[in-house]
Amino acid sequence: MHESLLIYRNMRYLKISLVLVLVTGLLYAFHSPVGSPNGGTWLGYTLGTLAAGIMVWLSWFGIRKRSFGGPAMRMEDWASAHVYLGLALVVVSTFHSGFQFGINIHTLLYFLMMFVVLSGVVGLYFYIRFPKMLAENRAGLTTDIMLTQISELDRELSDFALTVDDETAKAVYEAVHNTKIGGNLINQLTLYVADCPTMAARMFVEQSDGVCDESTRRKLLTRLTKKEGLLSRIRKDVKLRCLLQLWLYIHVPFTFATLAALVAHIVVVFYYW
Amino acid sequence: MRSQPTFRQTAKKGLGVLFLGERLKVAIVGSGPAGLSAAAHAAHLGMSHALLERADHASDTIYKYQKGKFVMATPDILPLRSDLSFMAGRREEVLDAWDQGLDSCRANVHYNSDVTKIDRTSEGFQLHTAGGEAFEAENVILSIGLQGNINKMRCEGGDLPLVQYQLDDPEEYENETIVVIGAGDAAIENAVALSAQNTVFIINRRAEFARAKQGNLSLILSAIDKGAVQCYYESNPLKVEPDGIVLDTPDGEVTVKCNRIIARMGASPPRRFVEACGVEFPSEDPKVLPEVSPTYESNVPGLYIVGALAGYPLIKQAMNQGYEVVAYLNGDDIPPADEPLLIEKFQAIGDVAVSDVLTSIRETIPVFSELNTLLLREVMLESEVHAVRQGEDIFQRNDYSSTFYTIFAGHVGIQINEDDPSQVVELKEGAFFGEMGLISGRRRTATVVALTDCVVFETPRRTMLKLIQSVESVKRILDKTSILRQIQTHLTPGVPAEDLEDLVDSAEIQNFKAGDAIFSQGDTGNHMHLIRSGSCTVSTRVGGREVVLSYVPAGNYIGEMALLSNMPRSATVKAANNTETICLSGEDFSAVMAKNNILRNSIEAKFRARLRQNEQMAARPEAGNIIQFLVEQGVGEATDVLLIDETLCVHCDNCEKACAETHGGLSRLDREAGPSFASIHVPTSCRHCQHPHCMADCPPDAIHRAPDGEVFIDDSCIGCGNCENNCPYGVIQLASPPKEKSSLLSWLLFGKGSAPGEEASYEAGLLAERTKNGEKQEKDLSSKKAVKCDMCKDVEGGASCVNACPTGAAARVSPEKFMDIAMLNQ
Repeated sequence: MHESLLIYRNMRYLKISLVLVLVTGLLYAFHSPVGSPNGGTWLGYTLGTLAAGIMVWLSWFGIRKRSFGGPAMRMEDWASAHVYLGLALVVVSTFHSGFQFGINIHTLLYFLMMFVVLSGVVGLYFYIRFPKMLAENRAGLTTDIMLTQISELDRELSDFALTVDDETAKAVYEAVHNTKIGGNLINQLTLYVADCPTMAARMFVEQSDGVCDESTRRKLLTRLTKKEGLLSRIRKDVKLRCLLQLWLYIHVPFTFATLAALVAHIVVVFYYW
Repeated sequence: MRSQPTFRQTAKKGLGVLFLGERLKVAIVGSGPAGLSAAAHAAHLGMSHALLERADHASDTIYKYQKGKFVMATPDILPLRSDLSFMAGRREEVLDAWDQGLDSCRANVHYNSDVTKIDRTSEGFQLHTAGGEAFEAENVILSIGLQGNINKMRCEGGDLPLVQYQLDDPEEYENETIVVIGAGDAAIENAVALSAQNTVFIINRRAEFARAKQGNLSLILSAIDKGAVQCYYESNPLKVEPDGIVLDTPDGEVTVKCNRIIARMGASPPRRFVEACGVEFPSEDPKVLPEVSPTYESNVPGLYIVGALAGYPLIKQAMNQGYEVVAYLNGDDIPPADEPLLIEKFQAIGDVAVSDVLTSIRETIPVFSELNTLLLREVMLESEVHAVRQGEDIFQRNDYSSTFYTIFAGHVGIQINEDDPSQVVELKEGAFFGEMGLISGRRRTATVVALTDCVVFETPRRTMLKLIQSVESVKRILDKTSILRQIQTHLTPGVPAEDLEDLVDSAEIQNFKAGDAIFSQGDTGNHMHLIRSGSCTVSTRVGGREVVLSYVPAGNYIGEMALLSNMPRSATVKAANNTETICLSGEDFSAVMAKNNILRNSIEAKFRARLRQNEQMAARPEAGNIIQFLVEQGVGEATDVLLIDETLCVHCDNCEKACAETHGGLSRLDREAGPSFASIHVPTSCRHCQHPHCMADCPPDAIHRAPDGEVFIDDSCIGCGNCENNCPYGVIQLASPPKEKSSLLSWLLFGKGSAPGEEASYEAGLLAERTKNGEKQEKDLSSKKAVKCDMCKDVEGGASCVNACPTGAAARVSPEKFMDIAMLNQ
């Protein structure tokens, strides 16, 4: 039945990751190399190899996610393991570094990787928090149904606009034709649109008491208010869905950057050996 | 035009009628597939014959099919035995082949010869036609089918030119207003096809379309719903005018102006005519057909009946029969066409003649004992014969097969205790088993093993359902035994059959439609119901509103509370979908319990468990609401439904992409569509119903249920779209075969082809088909096939949608788990 990836299979991958972190920590604690701990000791190389392996495996997630009908391991196994091993990587790679930082390719790799993990944590937070918000915001409707309802309202508004004075008609026309949902990134993330023509038309009709006959005014007002309500729900929907994807636009490119830095790190280490 | 037969010129005048030529060996009445095939074989043998056809062309029924209609050649395994060729294909191809065949074998065909009377004479028969002609023949083959006379409009103006009785090509008409009269399949098919480019009204004498096939019913209801066809219910034509029709409707007289009236009011069965020929019918039932001997001879010697009128509506059967009758008349002792197939089938039994096997089947197996030879042959042809060695399993518990088994020789054992395979109920020759799968559409409830070497027949579900409907004795025997077995399996395990006799005798099978109350809270009464098929919800009124307490699937009983507590019903039980129960008398059941302590204890334990559960659920009405929601979505009839937990779903659509990728680019599920309630979302995706609606009317029988329960469509699909129309959940679509897809890496690295899960290749294909040369292309249905979810039965690891979900939001759930879902998701 339904099971979040955090608790999937009795948290099997959390347990594996904890063991990994524990073992790494113990080794590090009891390891006493000549000089200060660093990536060049036997433990340093071991942890480095392990960390590199984990990084490549984590990146392979992108390929696995797009290949279907393959081996029987479920995607949720991969996702659950991706999360916990990604977090474990922070510890493994830090111990690999021996806390030696400087202005060099090695430290760059370290911080790139940390940034990727951080963006992953943000993504995980989004994944855990937003689905419920999305569902509540939609209240059983789909985006398509909400858009259909809006176009239905627009049609009715257009009909009523034919019978009212020019100024009201203009405001309603604007509301019908120039209301925007989504758009560029900033638009998608904005819930309150200050110059939303629907809101402007609603306010205009609210204040224009006595210009057109009362029943038409009430009809316009109910529809504009309804549309405004729908708009705010759709905008919230757009925002949440945008955020659910947005973090990937940071997580994935930085993953590639990290992989490139990893290659450079390895080449440099062996070249200057 | 075909040339008229030459001996018409040699006709001689007799007693006011025109006698044509010499006395014929055989006169064939009706040029349907059976008549044509008979005439062709008579011509081939040089037998004197005449084929008399009322219309001016051959095979009028098929001639009147809508243009381009696909004609099936089932049953596939049956060899064709005819001098004419016949293969599945479009109406036009089939008719052309027959016309050419008739010409080349120089059959003697009389068109426009409507036989109105057949008199018996001392030397044979005298046939009279409406045109005043008469023929003399030693034998007559009646192959007039069931179409008989088309019912014509009898009201004033019914003969005006705007009235027509058939529709060849609906695309011929454009921008007309057309009134279709009738509520049968032909009327519906015509109305819906015409509505594409015309304004169409349909006139239905009744308040609903009761006569139509399920597929056509949903087709017309959705067309009416969308406004494509306007319907006048409970209305009759009063008068036809040159530019319209006056109707008698419940709201008074209404005049509809129209360009055309198409009357499809069915046809009268030819019973009166057939009886006038001296043929007897076994009963007064209007649907009953005359009985014929194994050589198709009726009770009138020399008068043979073949084709649909003899109970064989399939074209290939009819053609074979026409051929065979002529061969018998010629003195050829040919075995029936299916003989070699039966010989091969019965090889498992040993070297015995087919007729002996059939006789001994009838003697051994009571279910089949009252079938006539022809019907029994047909049943055996569709069944499998298995010789099973001692100790082998015939099927296993939880298998998803739905076939029916009969024992011809040997003993089998039903393992009634899952944990102890040695506990078996023994069945001997003549008994049947596996009937529960036939009724409930759920998994096998027990493993059946051969106790000795034995021979069993495995008959497909469809064949058995047909038999149950058409042969009363089959239904009677099946019902009685299955009631006993179901009571023993689900209610009183371990109680010997003797103790249950009274209970079984007073038991009664009851049917309920979705939403019907089986009993209501506060009712008095102490009947118990064992749910045979379908499922129920149990609900109670708390503070003035109804709270669902539980969901009870088939194989469980309800109503024990009132019986044990001697109180009025404590809850209302409603059918969640079409449900069949065995209603048991409370007194008889109490008597059985009084004799059997173990049974009493187990029923009481269940009673107490239910009380506790009801208390819990009454305190948590949200859980009940979830069950109510699932039932309203029709999930009650599902065996396996995809449910999405909205608190986990991140809208990545990986489920859809996975589905598309595993099925050649077209997703069979629509994640976002479909209703939601309390964070449970029911996406548009196949539920693999217990009794799949899609299977109900599949001409090539291409939809099957796999052993694990998946309902799937095989390659024999002809793209007729019946299943698409019949599915109430909109999860079947017609699609062109998938196109080749580039590999993931070449897309990832070089941007070749479409992304994983994208449908580009499909849509491009469809678009090209529609806009080639800028003209509307004729819709080539034959290249499209129905596609639906097959639960990835051929993919390792099971359903791709669930496997591909990274967050655990997608799960496939069987109805038994609904209670868990409801308790978890609140």
